[in-house]
Amino acid sequence: MGVIVILIIVSVLVAGGFLLAFIWSVKTGQMEDDYTPSVRILFEDEVKVVAKK
Amino acid sequence: MQVESFQYDNKTVRNFAIATIIWGVVGMTVGLWIALQLVFPTVLNLQPYFNFGRIRPLHTNAVIFAFVGNAMFMGVYYSLQRLLKARMFSDVLSKIHFWGWQLIIVAAAITLPLGISTAKEYAELEWPIDIAITLIWVVFGFNMFATIIKRRERHLYVAVWFYIATFVTVAVLHLVNSFELPVTLFKSYSWYAGVQDALVQWWYGHNAVAFFLTTPFLGLMYYFLPKAANRPVFSYKLSIIHFWALIFLYIWAGPHHLLYTALPNWAQSLGIVFSFMLIFPSWGGMINGLLTLRGAWDKVREDVILKFMVVAVTAYGMATFEGPMLSLKSINAVAHFSDWIIAHVHIGGLGWNGMLTFGILYWLIPRIYRTELYSKKLANIHFWLATLGILFYAIPMYWAGWQQVSMWKQFTESGQLKYQFLETVTYMAPFYAMRALGGALYLTGAIVGMVNFFKTISKGNLLANEDAQAPALEKTYTKHAGEHWHRWIERKPTPFLLLSLVVILIGGLVELVPTFLVKSNIPTISSVKPYTPLELQGRDIYTREGCYTCHSQMIRPFRSETERYGEYSKAGEFVYDHPFQWGSKRTGPDLAREGAGNLKKSNTWHYNHLEEPNAISTGSVMPSYSFLIDANLDTASTPLKINAMRTLGVPYAADYAHKANQDLMTQAQGISDNLKKDGIKVAPNKEIIALIAYLQRLGTDITKK
Repeated sequence: MGVIVILIIVSVLVAGGFLLAFIWSVKTGQMEDDYTPSVRILFEDEVKVVAKK
Repeated sequence: MQVESFQYDNKTVRNFAIATIIWGVVGMTVGLWIALQLVFPTVLNLQPYFNFGRIRPLHTNAVIFAFVGNAMFMGVYYSLQRLLKARMFSDVLSKIHFWGWQLIIVAAAITLPLGISTAKEYAELEWPIDIAITLIWVVFGFNMFATIIKRRERHLYVAVWFYIATFVTVAVLHLVNSFELPVTLFKSYSWYAGVQDALVQWWYGHNAVAFFLTTPFLGLMYYFLPKAANRPVFSYKLSIIHFWALIFLYIWAGPHHLLYTALPNWAQSLGIVFSFMLIFPSWGGMINGLLTLRGAWDKVREDVILKFMVVAVTAYGMATFEGPMLSLKSINAVAHFSDWIIAHVHIGGLGWNGMLTFGILYWLIPRIYRTELYSKKLANIHFWLATLGILFYAIPMYWAGWQQVSMWKQFTESGQLKYQFLETVTYMAPFYAMRALGGALYLTGAIVGMVNFFKTISKGNLLANEDAQAPALEKTYTKHAGEHWHRWIERKPTPFLLLSLVVILIGGLVELVPTFLVKSNIPTISSVKPYTPLELQGRDIYTREGCYTCHSQMIRPFRSETERYGEYSKAGEFVYDHPFQWGSKRTGPDLAREGAGNLKKSNTWHYNHLEEPNAISTGSVMPSYSFLIDANLDTASTPLKINAMRTLGVPYAADYAHKANQDLMTQAQGISDNLKKDGIKVAPNKEIIALIAYLQRLGTDITKK
């Protein structure tokens, strides 16, 4: 069952990678605003351009 | 702050959309075909290219990688640009990605009916295509990360996180599972053997479901559902928890595909615990999706797009409730190998992936073509055909699964198995017919949808480059004197992290895996010997024909199985199996001990049965393999195969490759002579002889003293 060691190493690396990404995202303030992103995606940015032309 | 003008690329989105529609119809048509093959086996199996075993992988690969794959890319290319307020990094890369992916699909559609297959479920494509997949996937990832870097929106919306997880994990899974040794241009052996191969395969298989069919579509749900309903997601906080919890749990759940097998028990338990915990993030996500529509259910009544999405999210909830339940040992003991699982995966495939894809297509195509949908009525017809199709598919299959398992496990009062396997097969016929009806309804819906999409496209004009404006991203970072040296890494964490991860993984794998695995393949049962050259060739025919799609080779330690198939399977019996062939479905009986004990049959029986299964077992749904009688065995490949096996640690003598064909002919002559006694004249160099030799070998080793 040697392969299980490889799978666990790989899985831990992947999970560890995500853990670092999680820590990074918390530190850079990605999670600080947990409401407005959900609203902001509803606005389209191209409408204004059309109006200006 | 300066406002920048730029354009979104809609052309790539359009290309992926059209590919989704076409491949969807193709993949589902093949699905309907194989469903009908089980109802009309003698009419619809066209040997050799269109036998069930060869085109079932075509169906699974087409719907997963062509239909769902293209749908994923369509949704990602549309939403990623808008979420990041930036055009995709490179149009050239987008183009390479699109055409490369279509070429891979075409290559799959050609090679699978030709029998060019690794015989590992959902990873059947041979090594040159595996390499192409890796390259195109890297192109996709590069294009995505480069776009993330040049984004104009600092916050990464939760959908983007799902896309990132998809890219990273699928890359890792594909690399690990596709570790194979090429023998010729179209043939390779899995580097892993037996139990190890099974574990890697289902680690891959389960996570392919997780990270190819689930996470990207959750990302799409978090973008397109709020867009279609024009209201924010119920709880953004919940979506963040959903994402992080899901990705940390999913990767450990793979062993639940191997419960009660020769896999060590602790690994099985690990799989169960994580599989069960998965219900929490999964249902968190489902509830978040459905509650987004709170107070807007009147819109759902009117809007066909939302109807598709509601059914999709509901199906996601059902499949992710069922998944953890099925991973419990007591339930798995019943459901595994049965048609219950077929119902389960189609709730996910037709319901979650299919309905969400169609919902997105109905929302997106009129938008990028700047027109109204051709017909709302047709879209509603599509919706009802698809919804009824799912029900007509799933209900008969759940029923069939229960019935099948009850019959497999039923004993008489005197302690004998009550039913022959064949009786359970013939009993399934009406259920298979109803399932085909459900599939036909769903496919009809998809065709109605296709007409509607193309009519919409023809009356609109594609807005290939959509103007947009957004302020440039403020550079928040200014270098200051005396900062620590590692500050530069902290400034660019994501790309750096991912790059290093990929590098570490590739390097580690290339170094570790070969030495490590060859050593750990050392047999633990001394009577288990390598296959003879003829059996090895026969085994390669077995894998080429996709026998594993209907026959398992794994007897679990239940009385109902040991009574029917013989002594339960041991890990040590599979040490020379590159790849493993445990299978996941028993449309036909288990073959692990086909050559041993009560199941042992004569060469003549196998010959007649392969030629015309229905003549020997009335009511059998197995296709005829009479072409094997005429096909010559490719003996030129024998030395190459023996040498490849030696590289993988199979203990053939050093110079055996040269002598192998002599042994092969001696054994083949023996079978040919034996058949002649029963009046069957077949030359020893025919493929059927090799396949019979393999079948007669199955499960015999541990009975030898």
